[in-house]
Amino acid sequence: MELFIVAAKIVVVLGVLLTGAALTTWAERKISAFIQNRVGPNRIGWAGIFQIVADMVKLVMKEDIVPKSANRFVHDLAPMISLTVAMSTFAVIPFGNTIEIAGQNIKLMVADVNVGVLYILAMTGMGVYGVTLAGWSSNNKYSLLGGLRSSAQLISYELSMGMSLIGVIMIAGSVRLDQIVLQQTEYVGGWLPAWNIFLQPVGFVTFLVSAFAETNRLPFDLPEAEPELVGGYHTEYSGMKFGMFMLSEYINMITASAVVTTLFLGGWHLPFAETWGLSPFTLALLQVGTFAAKVICMIFFFIMIRWTIPRFRYDQLMKLGWKWMLPLAIANVLVTGLVLLLTTN
Amino acid sequence: MGSNGQIIRKKDLNFWDRLYIPEILKGLVLTFRQMFKPEITVQFPEERFTPPAQFRGRPVLVEENGVERCVACGLCSRVCPALAIEVQASETELAKERFPIKFEINMVRCIFCGFCEEVCPEEAIIMSNEYLLVFNNQQEAVFGKDKLLKSAAEMHDRLEFLRQHR
Repeated sequence: MELFIVAAKIVVVLGVLLTGAALTTWAERKISAFIQNRVGPNRIGWAGIFQIVADMVKLVMKEDIVPKSANRFVHDLAPMISLTVAMSTFAVIPFGNTIEIAGQNIKLMVADVNVGVLYILAMTGMGVYGVTLAGWSSNNKYSLLGGLRSSAQLISYELSMGMSLIGVIMIAGSVRLDQIVLQQTEYVGGWLPAWNIFLQPVGFVTFLVSAFAETNRLPFDLPEAEPELVGGYHTEYSGMKFGMFMLSEYINMITASAVVTTLFLGGWHLPFAETWGLSPFTLALLQVGTFAAKVICMIFFFIMIRWTIPRFRYDQLMKLGWKWMLPLAIANVLVTGLVLLLTTN
Repeated sequence: MGSNGQIIRKKDLNFWDRLYIPEILKGLVLTFRQMFKPEITVQFPEERFTPPAQFRGRPVLVEENGVERCVACGLCSRVCPALAIEVQASETELAKERFPIKFEINMVRCIFCGFCEEVCPEEAIIMSNEYLLVFNNQQEAVFGKDKLLKSAAEMHDRLEFLRQHR
């Protein structure tokens, strides 16, 4: 029974994640079109919603070209690493409170890991291996530059990302993600939900910027900067291997949105919903819906940022990471520690 | 550049400018508002764009009272940079004395530059507003008089435009 529940959770989460990634590509094309006063895909299905199916068919049908001098094994391996890491990060995200189905109390997260935050940091850090190996194995100078940039970017932003999370961990007193969400369901002064965005605004901003850098999204998409590096690390990829990189980018975006939601936006918490007197089952469903709505808002924000801000220059990126974000995150940790020390005594 | 044209040096930026965040929010508001503006796309096969009079579409010969204005002087043929026009003159009883017995424009060669229209002393060859040209083979692309002739009434807008702006 236990095994069946876990398997069911994996199937559902993976299905939602992959469908979500497909819908996100559609949403990105549609939103970018609206921002630029265009129409966007509108031929296949309602408002072009099945465009991604056509694109997938195209990518699968395409010839898989491997450069003559590429390292074939690593060249094949890199997109797999990217996709696997992207998909496995979502495992520890609690997308709802416990729900009771047929007398079973089911916790709405795939893996109840007791070091959830560390797992997320480790997995997002792993993602760079796919990009760097792809750049190196292609035996192409542009790809290599893209891969190198990706690793340099990761080193610069992983630090401030971890640092900005320490404040959250200090407040919750735990690295379990469900614990962090539960702590956010309380209220400050009886009316303001104790979401970490209100308690840790500086941590929120630094984490958000780091998340953009981690997912290689604009304004930090230097590893694939088209004007300088052709296609960056995936210049030499074609067919479904390119599709895997694309898919992992969008899954990473969804995961990053989910992580931001969990850590800073109260996770599945819908303010004051527990006082409405709903049945526990309805409440749990409502909370899952709330979580989805928050994630969708974050994805929308990611897309809006991409079509608003131009790309940073490489030195600007480094300067922002080391001279602004890291000191800011460390200062945030110090201030949080001081406030916690003064209020608990 | 500032709003009145002076260059803003980096030292002129205040704390909030250096923080980026207010500026990024301003940009986000701009893009968000842009989303609700009507789109300017023309859905081509279903909707057709009707060009204004100043549009240089395919060249046509103007026909007045059932006769073309052309006097077969051959200037268009001489000026054509792509060598697309071929004219053969012949005599006629009409007041203009000459007329083109053969007038062919190879539409594969034509580059829509409008030189023929500019050079024509009789306002006989002008650019129309037609831009949909599809051929299945080279022979089909050679437009003779049958395809080139258009009545002056039909080309009224373009003729008016030329009189005003040339």
